[in-house]
Amino acid sequence: MSEINFDEMTSKQMLEYLVAKNMEDARQAKAKGGLVCWSSSIAPCEFCEAMGIYTVYPENHVVGIAARGGAPELLAHAERKGYSNDICGYARVNLAYMDVQKCISEEMPLPDLVLLCNNICETLLKWYENIAHTLNIPLLIVDVPYNHESEVTEENVAYVEAQFKRIIEQLEDITNRPFDYDKFEEVMKIASQNAKDWYDATALCSAVPSPLSGFDMFNYMALIVCMRGKAECGITFRKLKAELEEKAANKICGLKGAEEQHRIMWDGIACWPYLSHTYKVLKNHGVNMVGSTYPSAWALMYTPGDLNGMARAYTSMGNNLSLKGQIDLRESIIRDTKCGGVIMHMNRSCKMCDFLQHEIGEAVTSDMRVPITTFDGDQADPRNYSKAQYETRIEALVEMMNEQKREGGDQ
Amino acid sequence: MKRSVNEIIEKLMAVAANPGQAVKAACAKSGKQAVGIVAPYGPEEIAYAAGCLPVGLWGGQVELKRVRAYLPAFACSIMQSVVELAAAGTYDELSAVVIPAPCDTLKCIGQKWKGKCPAIHFTHPMNRKLDCANDYLTFEYQTIRTKLEAILGRKITDEALADAVLFYNHYRAVMREFTLVARDHLATISPIVRHSILKASYFMDKAEYTKDIEDLIYALRRAGPENWNGKRVVLTGITFEPRELLEILEFYHVAVTGDDIAQESRQFRTDAPYHKSPLQSLAAQWQNQQGCSLAFDPFKRRVHDLVDLVRTTQADGLVVGLMKFCDPEEYDVPILMEAFEKAGIPLLCIEVDQQTTAFEQIKTRLQGFVEAL
Repeated sequence: MSEINFDEMTSKQMLEYLVAKNMEDARQAKAKGGLVCWSSSIAPCEFCEAMGIYTVYPENHVVGIAARGGAPELLAHAERKGYSNDICGYARVNLAYMDVQKCISEEMPLPDLVLLCNNICETLLKWYENIAHTLNIPLLIVDVPYNHESEVTEENVAYVEAQFKRIIEQLEDITNRPFDYDKFEEVMKIASQNAKDWYDATALCSAVPSPLSGFDMFNYMALIVCMRGKAECGITFRKLKAELEEKAANKICGLKGAEEQHRIMWDGIACWPYLSHTYKVLKNHGVNMVGSTYPSAWALMYTPGDLNGMARAYTSMGNNLSLKGQIDLRESIIRDTKCGGVIMHMNRSCKMCDFLQHEIGEAVTSDMRVPITTFDGDQADPRNYSKAQYETRIEALVEMMNEQKREGGDQ
Repeated sequence: MKRSVNEIIEKLMAVAANPGQAVKAACAKSGKQAVGIVAPYGPEEIAYAAGCLPVGLWGGQVELKRVRAYLPAFACSIMQSVVELAAAGTYDELSAVVIPAPCDTLKCIGQKWKGKCPAIHFTHPMNRKLDCANDYLTFEYQTIRTKLEAILGRKITDEALADAVLFYNHYRAVMREFTLVARDHLATISPIVRHSILKASYFMDKAEYTKDIEDLIYALRRAGPENWNGKRVVLTGITFEPRELLEILEFYHVAVTGDDIAQESRQFRTDAPYHKSPLQSLAAQWQNQQGCSLAFDPFKRRVHDLVDLVRTTQADGLVVGLMKFCDPEEYDVPILMEAFEKAGIPLLCIEVDQQTTAFEQIKTRLQGFVEAL
């Protein structure tokens, strides 16, 4: 670590270095008898970080496997175990990995405890139940009730906050040490600052042309997922922000080797097994993906020391909002990032991403007159994607956006 | 004069076979308004205390047309039917529907309710063993109460709520008693009869229904236990419908000795414990619910409970009726398969789809299973 000089590295180099280091640290800790936690991607990392527990993220790990084409054999293993191919691809790959502990990507040490927060979906409850039951390890949960009305209630926030106390008790029991409140306070400051740095950097997608392609943002996301409790994360995003500001000042577009002719919002998780294909088809049409729900998903900002505010941040994130909240969120993204179209990923793995698409699409079309297309895909299972369908749908979307541009020009 | 076993069974089977008609008749008879409770769990007691008829909405065999615009094909079969029926206006006569959100599908269905009657949403807390879960759910139930009061234009008193909780505990005890007595009458209480009797509870006034079940228990006991020479299984899952699935069990002379079906025993196996506030009692009931795929449990009590249920009811095996595209249930299957293999108990997993019309494959699989028992 002492040989590493972040000043001489680009944000991309830092990203690659830090993500790999985080996993290596966990592996080394495990080998030396340290505790490793598997955590869902938007769970409060602050608690384990404060207690020096090494945390790794199954969702992120599966992304690495799926993007390298290594998911099929693990999916087949999960199906042999009795997991229906209807279940989330991330879960199937991870549950299989837990069993075989071998994959095409980085190896991830088995956990001594798991932490989940169901603010992104309820499938995590069952997935992590199965991990905890199979490995016979403690399960820490921050249950955030679904905000079925347009407001987040005080009772919801109070319930979430009260669970923090239980997590602290569980961690004291697991580590056999008193909870480190000083470190906790420090981590809260870091995590909140990192969330802000992440949001500030990715918000530069609003520049025209956007200096950041959403597909590059997908890559940077690994850092906000895996290292939100560590200071290096924020350093990287501040560096990214500076790099993007320079590009924006010089009108450099985030699409490599293409001009930005259209700007779109991508609704849903990336189609990791075909990340390159989905990107190139868009690039060939001069389409830059500049809008996404990801920047706000990790914008978990609160005043350090304020547990109530922290609880509110975790229970108010996008996926946990009512239909109205989800429509409002997308309309503000489309407005802020000046999108002329929307691509909705009908992701076979994620019911939460899919089952409100019809109503969200109707509202966005009616309120903003933005053309929308959908395509069938999957975040991890390559069997659920068709290159031809994607290409056709994107062509149609581009035609609609061209039409709208012409109409706009005529007016 | 006490009624005969057949009389009561015929009445309840007619109700289960014609839910819409039964609900209309019950409302006409009592002058009550009907309130829908979308599967799997809702605080029926609040609607009951409001002087309404709580009606269970568990989908049904319906041709899927309208829902195709609203949901992709991989939403669970039961919610496809619920949305179809809602969009077709089947539920429009209800005064309100109460919709829970224990899974991703139900969260979304609640938000995109296509019926004309008002929808009241609520969320079950999943970190169920903590006191704060009771506080949260009590608040949610209070919200349901307030909204229902506004819709109905009348107050739901604490006293009426406390009475409803007490009455429902009595109803639940009677139902548990019935499932015990039914084990000694496997010829009369065949799989179809058993299911129909339990299903009828969703479309009748609970007081009348409970009285019917008490009379049935009395009549069955008077008739004395029956011999059963066929095979015996326990069922688990969300529902075990359509009826053709049960007909296959009967065809192969298989009886149901117990169930862990959400539509059936999961509804009445947990009482609401005493609390000063009746809404807190109802919240505590959810906290005490165990062995359900939809009630978070890292210790998977469902697995142990099912092994115990098979053993205590002297069943020959377990049949998992896996609701198509229901992920909470799907996640439990590999764990159940492993545990039952270790316990040396045969297990068969069949897919449950309310819209299925071809049953030959399931018939062949059940035949193989029964022959191997």
